[in-house]
Amino acid sequence: MITYLARRLLYAVPILIGVNLITFALFFMVNTPDDMARIHLGAKQTTPEMIEAWKAAHGYDKPLFYNPQATGLAALTDTLFVRESLKLFTFDFGLSDSGRDIVSDIRQRMWPSLALAVPTFLLGLWVNVTLALAVVLFRYSAVDRTALVVAVVMMSISGLFYIIGGQVLFSKVLHWVPISGYQPGLLAWKFLILPVVVGVVAGIGSGLRWYRTVFLEEVGKDYVRTARAKGLSEWRTLSRHVLRNGLLPILTGVVVVIPTLFMGSLVMESFFGIPGLGSYTIEAIQGQDFAIVKAMVFLGSVLYILGLLLTDIAYAWADPRVRFE
Amino acid sequence: MMRVVRWALICLVMLLSGCQQPWNSPYPAGLSGESVIFRAFSAPPKHLDPVVSYSSNEWGIISQIYEPPLQYAYLKQPYTLEPLTLTAMPQVRYLDAQGRPTTPARAVYSEYVLHLRDDVRYQPHPAFVEANRQLSPAQIEALETPYDLPQRGSRYLRAQDYVYAIKRMGVRAYQSPVLDVLAQHIVGLKDYSKKVSQAYEKWKETQPDGGFFDLRPFAIEGVRAPDAHTLVIRLKGRYPQFLYWLSMNFFAPIPWEVDAFYSQPGMKASNLTLDQWPVGTGPFMLVENNPNFRMRLVRNPNYHQDTYPCEASSNVPRALLADCGRPLPQVDQVLYSLEKESIPYWNKFLQGYYDASGVSSDAFDQAVQLSATGDIGLTPAMREKGIRFLGGVQPTIMYFGFNMLDPVIGGLDDTHRKLRQAISIAVNMEEYISIFLNGRGVPAQGPLPPGIFGYAPPPEGLNPVVYRWAAGRAVRRGLDEARRLLAEAGYPGGIDPKTGQPLKLYFEAVGSGPDDQARLAWLRKQFAKLGIDLVIRATDYNRFQDKMRQGKGQIFMWGWNADYPDPENFLFLLYGKNGVVATGGNGVNYANYENPVFDRLFERMQTLPNGPERRAIIERMVRLVQRDAPWIFGFYPRSLALVHSWYHNAWPNMMANNTTKYLRVDATDRVRKQQAWNRPVVWVLWLLAAVALLLVAGSVWLYRRRQARTGRAA
Repeated sequence: MITYLARRLLYAVPILIGVNLITFALFFMVNTPDDMARIHLGAKQTTPEMIEAWKAAHGYDKPLFYNPQATGLAALTDTLFVRESLKLFTFDFGLSDSGRDIVSDIRQRMWPSLALAVPTFLLGLWVNVTLALAVVLFRYSAVDRTALVVAVVMMSISGLFYIIGGQVLFSKVLHWVPISGYQPGLLAWKFLILPVVVGVVAGIGSGLRWYRTVFLEEVGKDYVRTARAKGLSEWRTLSRHVLRNGLLPILTGVVVVIPTLFMGSLVMESFFGIPGLGSYTIEAIQGQDFAIVKAMVFLGSVLYILGLLLTDIAYAWADPRVRFE
Repeated sequence: MMRVVRWALICLVMLLSGCQQPWNSPYPAGLSGESVIFRAFSAPPKHLDPVVSYSSNEWGIISQIYEPPLQYAYLKQPYTLEPLTLTAMPQVRYLDAQGRPTTPARAVYSEYVLHLRDDVRYQPHPAFVEANRQLSPAQIEALETPYDLPQRGSRYLRAQDYVYAIKRMGVRAYQSPVLDVLAQHIVGLKDYSKKVSQAYEKWKETQPDGGFFDLRPFAIEGVRAPDAHTLVIRLKGRYPQFLYWLSMNFFAPIPWEVDAFYSQPGMKASNLTLDQWPVGTGPFMLVENNPNFRMRLVRNPNYHQDTYPCEASSNVPRALLADCGRPLPQVDQVLYSLEKESIPYWNKFLQGYYDASGVSSDAFDQAVQLSATGDIGLTPAMREKGIRFLGGVQPTIMYFGFNMLDPVIGGLDDTHRKLRQAISIAVNMEEYISIFLNGRGVPAQGPLPPGIFGYAPPPEGLNPVVYRWAAGRAVRRGLDEARRLLAEAGYPGGIDPKTGQPLKLYFEAVGSGPDDQARLAWLRKQFAKLGIDLVIRATDYNRFQDKMRQGKGQIFMWGWNADYPDPENFLFLLYGKNGVVATGGNGVNYANYENPVFDRLFERMQTLPNGPERRAIIERMVRLVQRDAPWIFGFYPRSLALVHSWYHNAWPNMMANNTTKYLRVDATDRVRKQQAWNRPVVWVLWLLAAVALLLVAGSVWLYRRRQARTGRAA
């Protein structure tokens, strides 16, 4: 297993270099360092001296991939790409182009993101699996058909509708919870209830259909018939046997998401005023803050690779027949 | 068991804390009942360093903290400057080349002498304690805010602090956006900047971890502090607009101790910089700064004596003078919460959780109704809540510019001028304001917005090319007149004789959203009225700016906010030497308009004091640009803000930024209304619980019935 993990981690290095290369190329294709300087300086009259000073202060005075003024290997290493990429691999994200420490910002913003994403994820998983099992319990009955129709309707509704509808209903009409906002610490519960509920409800349609399909496939198998023949109740059969054997396809979709939970949700955090990481990258793209963009893309890639690795490990845990080879 | 009890207690405490106020209150219990102003910000401020900051959202915060020498009188119009940290307005001395006093007309230099008050002290801050300027790396790493340090000090404001601030502005690496503008005026600033910037770069090479780059040993020839309460700034020639600069945050004092404190290695990595944690002499101090969440200002206990104004212009309601003579600031705290989306912001305002709000286009119909005459009023629902609205025309102009270097649309000759005049008539700005701005704008007659010296309302200031005066109002000239002008320009019926096809013109557009599409479709329709085919060239903002700098655009839309309320700040947008192409991209004259007569008049006008002579020159300049039509004079935007009944003394002074100190809130009234407007609907909770119970019970019953069924029945 250790060899397998080491091999996978080594594979990650060229992937991350590739991702970084594409990020650099795409970003600087759209924004030149001069454009970035103008946006950040924000002055009505930007002089060439101001632009050059800004570029020098932020390291954008170097060529992107090839430095014709340098000789030998330095022509490749004395470039923006190599200098900034090396720092990324040591997780030294440095300062944003507006002067804030990126690691501090991530550290500060990841907790509200997690506070929203983790309960939404866990509760959503539990609700979807429970509802799917219940629907499978009444499979091919009126309950099942009604649940399917409702699930399709729920899937068809835009996520924004759930958010705005939830805010209007629970805050504006019923006055139960704040419409948006956040408080650190224990008081956060008051602000998280609504987005968590909205997140869970918005995910029921697709979740219910997906898990129902998985469980229906399992429920017709021989081992289920055996379990029933042994006299187990239907619920016990479903919750003990079908659920466990249905875990493998569920894990594929679920475990990979876990590490990326802390990257937050752009729409939910924006509408509910949660100061998380969801909008960090988007704001950086809008503000042409390349330091943040490259750091967040790199971090996202690392987390995604980690998620895939975790999925493989989870497979082996859920199904001992799976071996690391 | 103990764990269960502990959690039960925590839950109980949380529930009880929620019972003291409406359930949907976003604030900690009791805060609404205190002397606090609740505000929102939609984008995190990037810079709070007064030398760098130049955005309105940043100035909205730092202007409550820093004090430049002058401020705008809150309740006076036209905009009037008055001393803030000075004992009187600056004295201006005119000097010849040898530094001897002379007349204004012969002045080679003008010297501004500022006498500082002796009772101005800085807010309590750790930077003023010597030991805090020598912290160990471990101590710095443990800090989350500068106020985590228990020892705090203060000191009186000194003229040297203003000198130090100007010196900081001169360091190129600090990136002050106004350095190059001020270097043209302040004697010695350019040379100083070159010298100090080089020294800074050398020093930086030897100090990779950072440290304190002390600016005190450096000197600027034209800036000195002869004593602790006198500041002298020498300018090249005459530059009367300099007084306005003295009211901007670029001229806020910076004590060297603060610079030294924040320069300690490790501070930057903890986001402890002057750019994040300002230190000033103003009425408030920033004690909480999480730009992605919340910022909190609290009353500066060391704030000097300052009282609510007792004088106001005639257009200001007398009720605003009720607090005359009261000590400032009138509130203890200002809480800014990040609110990125307009819908939650608006709803929280209606719930009473924000004291004031703008009116977004989504909420416009809910909040505002327009009378038959176009006057703006509140809807009955808003009036019932006691909400009031404040509005005013902003010192801003939005315009459609023609690139005067373009061979088709540019040029000062009669033919090209008539083409631009025809288009100016056809593009109906009244319609634009009505459709896209919900009436929140005033059609512009010239480059100067209301409130700026030299602005003349119609009929005196009427743009005769586009309007005529009839029945006491400006009436847009008819399309037949526009078509006649177009024919005289060589395009009868909008047909280009060279091609025999409709004349093709190009509009440089930036936005591509649904709103932008509607605007662009409207614009095409306006040109189509003359038979002209307007081609939209959509691009991103960077490319758009490139095109403008290179003079490659043909027609474009642009706007300008006043930096200061002087006509020079608007008319220089049409000054030939400011042409964006002529200056290699540095100018602000994006139309590249160059009329020698206008330029000569501008050069005379800019140094004259406000008076009849200046007014006459401005009138001639405005007439010239109305005739030459380098712009379609678009509109002056009208601001609209709603405030609750408990929010007092709000007044739309468009130039002043340090206005929070004048505001007062009636917290008792606020709490009462918040509770009345936000009573939780509890019975729905019981109903939901009952439905959930029924569902569970029904499911169990169904399941049992299914389980009890025989194989045959199944």
